[in-house]
Amino acid sequence: MSDAEQPSNGRGRVTVPRTRKLYIGGSFPRSESGRVRPVRDAHGEFLANAALASRKDLREAVVAARKGFESWSGATAHGRGQVLFRVAEMLEARRGQFATEVADAEGLSLRAAADSVETAVDRVFWYAGWTDKIGALFGSVNQVSGPYTCHSVPEPVGVVGVVAPRESALLGLVSVLAPVLAAGNSAVVLASPDRPLPAVTLCEVLATSDLPAGVANVLTGDPGELAPWLASHEDVDALDPSGAEESLRARLEDAAAETVKRVLDVPVREPDWNEPPTPKRLRTFTDLKTVWHPLGR
Amino acid sequence: MAHSPSRTRGSAAPARLPAELAEAARGGRALEGFLRGLPGIDAVGLEQRAAALGARGVGKNAKPRAIDTAIGMVDLTTLEGADTPGKVRALAAKARHPDPGHSATPRVAALCVYPDLVAEAVAALGEVPVGVASVATAFPSGRSCSRAKLAEVELAVDAGADEVDMVIDRGAFLSGRYGEVFDEIREVRSACGGAHLKVILETGELGTYDNVQRASWLALLAGADFVKTSTGKVSPAATLPVTHVLLRTVREWYDRTGQWRGVKPAGGIRTTKDALRYLVAVREVAGPEWLTPRLFRFGASGLLNDLLMQRRTQLDGHYGGPDHVAVDL
Repeated sequence: MSDAEQPSNGRGRVTVPRTRKLYIGGSFPRSESGRVRPVRDAHGEFLANAALASRKDLREAVVAARKGFESWSGATAHGRGQVLFRVAEMLEARRGQFATEVADAEGLSLRAAADSVETAVDRVFWYAGWTDKIGALFGSVNQVSGPYTCHSVPEPVGVVGVVAPRESALLGLVSVLAPVLAAGNSAVVLASPDRPLPAVTLCEVLATSDLPAGVANVLTGDPGELAPWLASHEDVDALDPSGAEESLRARLEDAAAETVKRVLDVPVREPDWNEPPTPKRLRTFTDLKTVWHPLGR
Repeated sequence: MAHSPSRTRGSAAPARLPAELAEAARGGRALEGFLRGLPGIDAVGLEQRAAALGARGVGKNAKPRAIDTAIGMVDLTTLEGADTPGKVRALAAKARHPDPGHSATPRVAALCVYPDLVAEAVAALGEVPVGVASVATAFPSGRSCSRAKLAEVELAVDAGADEVDMVIDRGAFLSGRYGEVFDEIREVRSACGGAHLKVILETGELGTYDNVQRASWLALLAGADFVKTSTGKVSPAATLPVTHVLLRTVREWYDRTGQWRGVKPAGGIRTTKDALRYLVAVREVAGPEWLTPRLFRFGASGLLNDLLMQRRTQLDGHYGGPDHVAVDL
């Protein structure tokens, strides 16, 4: 706790500093290591303390995500859509809080931050609509030479490790997390190291949106420390390295290959998250299952 | 170490006990007096000590050895109504080679099954040095007549069980009829012949630590080789404080009689972390001599897989997943 700070607001009152926690398996634990570190805004002012997750927290998160995957992938696509719509509703309801946090984190004007939050809400809404249409987009009835009916359907891959974008604290995070969830996967997310607060607040939204425990797990801390363990974990099925620094990329891909994970192909430079999304992420985080069935007469 | 726990099987003949214990081991009034005269347990202190020891970690270098020790102490258990010979054979295969990918993985201590499946387990294990334990005496409730209970013990022993896990009659114990419980354990003890006897106290139903302490002394006086916390069918099952009481009892038994007795927590121990906490307790409360499968066992089914995954993590340098260990049916 040595790094923790006591803020004062200049009027003599000592404000209560928040210590934001992790989000694992539907609850908000402290880091097993007991570590926290101060989070500062774009101008270096103290905002709050955030937990500094350890690799044991990561391991717990993967266990929780595996459990969450059971219930989430078993739910109907329509049901998953309803839950994600609910996430969008809850985000919308807390727009003000998010705008302030995004403005602090990214150093934007309140107006620009509010725009970014609105785009984030729309983004969740957009992916929520996709849940029951993925089959129509990626699935097919295949023409085969023989008396069989053959069709392919997309299925979620499992637990997806996500290194969230470093710069776009909410919109970027939502743009990488929502497709993972919409495709029916569970996620272990490493939040932006310097701008983690909107991510932690998003967890409060997720926790009150009927999302089953363990479907989304968010760790704040140092991706340089945690991401290699995430990439090499045998029980993680896919990796989205969006926020990983260039120096880390090769190492992550090596580790992921060792344990047979698919890795989303993303550029090192963060894209403009305001650009309209494509279903590419949905495709990467689904597997096609093909079924052959003999035709009866 | 001057003494070592070399001989345990069939060692429970009430050899030469010190006068006070010999008196209590005669049963009846003397036994009751002895059990009621045991010093009370400071529940708060006990729980604090258990929690403090539970928070102690096992160092990085000691961890592989701790994991291997724990694997060697597992009584791989299946006690379901839905058990089939096939499931027992699958479990036996797992007991022989817990991790086929790593041949240096130690074997588990024993396979624990219902009496009617003992023959199947014995056949499936063959010459492999893994014991076969059988629950008996109307497990898990213990509610039957003495004749039926003894018949069950005989069934298990005749089928080749090396170890018998009996349950005590909690109804009799809780109504203070200690003599009855004592006589029953004695009878089972003699029906066991050469087989090792573990006495299940079902601590979750005993209510207080004092009762747990009384029940464990009662079992040891009646000739138990092991005291075991629970059936795994009642919640709470094994807890650290309760295991502390048992460990203290066997330690004191050794100090007073020179005889080695074991402890087996069962039920609810699912992760390597839990298991290591128990090992710390064993070392600190009973002593390092107890860190052997002859004196300490884990009654568990899911625990083995987690131990194997952690073992792989230590070897491979990255976290393992459940896809890489045998699925429990």
